[in-house]
Amino acid sequence: MAKQYETVIGLEVHVELATKTKIFCSCSTEFGGAPNSHTCPVCTGMPGSLPVLNKQVVEYAIAVGLATNCSITQYCKFDRKNYFYPDNPQNYQISQLYLPICRNGGVEIDTPAGKKTIGIHEIHMEEDAGKLIHDEWEDCSLVDFNRSGVPLIEIVSEPDMRSAEEVIAYLDKLRLIIQYLGASDCKLNEGSMRADVNLSVREVGAKEFGTRTEMKNLNSFKAIARAIEGERARQIELLEEGKEVVQETRRWDDNKEYSYAMRSKEDAQDYRYFPDPDLVPIMISDEWIERIKAAQPELRTEKLERYKKEFDIPDYDAEILTSSKTMADLFEATTELCKKPKKVSNWLMVETLRLMKENDMEAEDLSFSPENLAKLIELVDAGTINSSVAKEVFEVIFKEDIDPDKYVEEKGLKAVNDEGALRATIEEVIANNPQSVEDYHNGKEKAIGFLVGQTMKAMQGKANPGMVNKILKELL
Amino acid sequence: MANIISDETMEYVGILAKLELSEEEKEQAKSDMGKMLDYIDKLNELDTSNVEPMSHVFPVNNVFREDVVTNGDDRENILKNAPGVKEGAFKVPKTVE
Amino acid sequence: MSLMSLTAVELGKKIKAKEVTVKEAVEAAIAQIEKSEETLNCYVTVDKEGALKKAEEVQKLIDDGTLTGPLAGVPVAIKDNMCTKDMLTTCSSKILSNFVPTYTAEAVVNLEKAGAVILGKTNMDEFAMGSTNETSAYGAVKNPWNTEHVPGGSSGGSCAAVAAEECSYALGSDTGGSIRQPSSFCGVTGIKPTYGTVSRYGLIAYGSSLDQIGPVAKDVTDCATILEAIASYDPKDSTSVKREDYDFTSALVDDVKGLKIGIPKAYFGEGLDKEVKEAVLAAAKVLEEKGAIVEEFDLGLVDYAIPAYYVIAAAEASSNLSRFDGVKYGYRTEDYEGLHNMYKKTRSEGFGAEVKRRIMLGSFVLSSGYYDAYYLKALRTKALIKKEFDKAFEKYDVILGPAAPTTAPKLGDSLSDPIKMYLGDIYTISVNLAGLPGISVPCGTDSKGLPIGLQLIGDCFKEKNIIRAAYAYEQTGSYKRPGMLEE
Repeated sequence: MAKQYETVIGLEVHVELATKTKIFCSCSTEFGGAPNSHTCPVCTGMPGSLPVLNKQVVEYAIAVGLATNCSITQYCKFDRKNYFYPDNPQNYQISQLYLPICRNGGVEIDTPAGKKTIGIHEIHMEEDAGKLIHDEWEDCSLVDFNRSGVPLIEIVSEPDMRSAEEVIAYLDKLRLIIQYLGASDCKLNEGSMRADVNLSVREVGAKEFGTRTEMKNLNSFKAIARAIEGERARQIELLEEGKEVVQETRRWDDNKEYSYAMRSKEDAQDYRYFPDPDLVPIMISDEWIERIKAAQPELRTEKLERYKKEFDIPDYDAEILTSSKTMADLFEATTELCKKPKKVSNWLMVETLRLMKENDMEAEDLSFSPENLAKLIELVDAGTINSSVAKEVFEVIFKEDIDPDKYVEEKGLKAVNDEGALRATIEEVIANNPQSVEDYHNGKEKAIGFLVGQTMKAMQGKANPGMVNKILKELL
Repeated sequence: MANIISDETMEYVGILAKLELSEEEKEQAKSDMGKMLDYIDKLNELDTSNVEPMSHVFPVNNVFREDVVTNGDDRENILKNAPGVKEGAFKVPKTVE
Repeated sequence: MSLMSLTAVELGKKIKAKEVTVKEAVEAAIAQIEKSEETLNCYVTVDKEGALKKAEEVQKLIDDGTLTGPLAGVPVAIKDNMCTKDMLTTCSSKILSNFVPTYTAEAVVNLEKAGAVILGKTNMDEFAMGSTNETSAYGAVKNPWNTEHVPGGSSGGSCAAVAAEECSYALGSDTGGSIRQPSSFCGVTGIKPTYGTVSRYGLIAYGSSLDQIGPVAKDVTDCATILEAIASYDPKDSTSVKREDYDFTSALVDDVKGLKIGIPKAYFGEGLDKEVKEAVLAAAKVLEEKGAIVEEFDLGLVDYAIPAYYVIAAAEASSNLSRFDGVKYGYRTEDYEGLHNMYKKTRSEGFGAEVKRRIMLGSFVLSSGYYDAYYLKALRTKALIKKEFDKAFEKYDVILGPAAPTTAPKLGDSLSDPIKMYLGDIYTISVNLAGLPGISVPCGTDSKGLPIGLQLIGDCFKEKNIIRAAYAYEQTGSYKRPGMLEE
């Protein structure tokens, strides 16, 4: 009988914090920009430059630590991690090894077998590296330090996960917590959340862990799931062939669905960590922790309960609305404007989700404003446009965030409420569709639907459907 | 106890420090490093078992910056001294095989 | 008498009184540079045009009353490890042979605000690693008192330039004695301030936890005045300390009555030159006669400072100097195959032997398996050394001893044996480990006519005690110029 294997997975999750400036200098953290346009002597490792810590980084790190049930290291320090690479301007990265800011936490995830806690070994603060662009024309690479020094926290889990599903659930949980705290937007596709997967396999029932590999370059939940499956299969195959798994770092190529060893004799993997003499220790008082706790925004579970109670929204809808901070913010801001929570929820649950799916988008990618959605809802409620026109207008709002008042005006989409005009059209429809009229009189209630449709078509969709119904019935 | 530095150690330290010594330099460096480590081993005479390592000499803590952008685009200056520049970026030998 | 024989403060007074123009002062300095530089090699860069242009600007600001300080218009030399905007900054290394910073070190900015005119950048041991100035990639500096001897290091160029009157004063940096030892060898006065007093922003780091910038000048008054100008709390340097007092010149009083001075017995043992010992003890006697309470005491762990220092300094240096890689600035090797070969060739060609030796040692003591045994052990030793000083300063205001065990050795005598060279730093190094302030003042010459330095060490933030003691001592003698200037 074939051996049964268990996959053991631990995650190192890097999250770019939502600060305005870099961790050790006053350069902007804005994404993009011309190469090296957000740099200074500090984040390019110029001789004589010195780092000064951004306080907001510490506050975000503490907030994430508290929200993930970690204990806060009240005396913590930065260490230098020494290795040579061109995206690392000083050839050392300022990070934390000996005294990371948060330790010993965990978050609960839902699995098919019930709730499970994934332990968090530590969270540490560090600086991001620059970006390497590979030149296609010349045999060289180009270094852009705009990202160099952008603050990161690295959340190191315990090897508590056993499947891709658990990994995704854990990542989703972390993402929600961090987004709700406002500490990061956690976009995998833009790299503001990145996960390295440590994976090993062992025979079911074995006590010892197998040899693990570390996989990098995973840019989406789908890639993570594929990489886990791929690596699990690769390791099992090695073991089945009587070979050994080598402890190494591998790079996942999602197009080829295969990982490659990132080995080089020039990488000794001996980082010679030592406390950074240019930075002083951080002392985190009880008062400071309390202040951050008190300022903690409403987290997901609290929000979920509140939506159900305050807005009388069904469980399922509340789950969806709170499943991303962007969505929840959109819901609350729009409701605040139009005071119609159910209708707002309906637009988000139906049309928004549909369009997101069609366009393969995440909630974080939503870009329309609450103002415009609120206006649209008002337009429908006032009968200025009918619901099918509203759907069309919403598609434009979704894509371009246009002002629906102006748009409806410009495109002449207002519903026709002029009874005379409607009556004339309906009379014509009745005259042209004797069969349907007869069917209706024979008790086929459905036939009226066809007549409504014909009327709408004749009115180019702008007729007020309530009035059409009323007049039709009257004339029939 | 005399510290003997092996060729392997020198090779390893060379990889860490990105230094490549000539044969002649290597012999000299090996002997120098051995002597220095012998000298440093003097520290072993001290009992430091109950002493906390002191990385910072003064108890200065919590030096922070506020999160306000004050640096603008300074890339002309940043690239001024670079041995190789292309398209506003530092040019380096290819980093992937 | 040349204008350059004046102290910085004396020259500043004459400029203020309109007896001398800034241009005349700068021209006098340049004339002296042109006269003796070929022999001494104190400078890596002399910026004659820039200095003359600056002289005019500063003159205007003095004339319109904007600049009123004691150093306005006085020409200064800056050690070549401090960044100066638009002026070559090499650290006396090939690897920075073409580096022109786009920013200026905070200490130098402070001097410029005080109206200083920068003459150029002084020669030093490469990356401040050395005690003789012979590790410079731009040739050794010669001692103005005897050009067959070294000026000391690593701020040898700054100290020799002050002694040879190629500037009115200079800035140096001190990681293990690099201001005090060459001051002693060159017969000038230099202060290493309490760690954190002068900003390190723009100082190209050697050992970040030990480096401090300080003044080098002809006398204590100058040094106190310069220190007052360069010291500041700098938010760009996280290790900068907000001090309560910056008025160092207020300690320039000729009164040591009741000042408690301790002489560590261990500073007068084996290895100390007899003539140096006699001169330093004679200086102690002078202070005692002026009313100070002087006594010998046991300062522990003196012999452990050097090994601890070399571990810590080399470890920090190995990391600090990793940024020099041929990517962002400085030298890049001509031919290479791929990235790692470029790194290795650039660094191997760009760094000199002593720098490579310390980088290798530093990388080794931090490497996997050795970190605890070497690096942490050294940090623990540092804690013990600091404790020894804390104990001493409970009893004494000032610790007195030699700045160096000998006078300046001959060129070429020291480099062959690194341990021997390192032993020369025995009296200065522990001061850096403990973050303390120290001053070296001339206290005579040996039979070869070479200067001897007296070192006074104070408790943290107690510069005023050592300034007061040094000033009082200085009043009993007169400043001596090297023979070459008297010809």
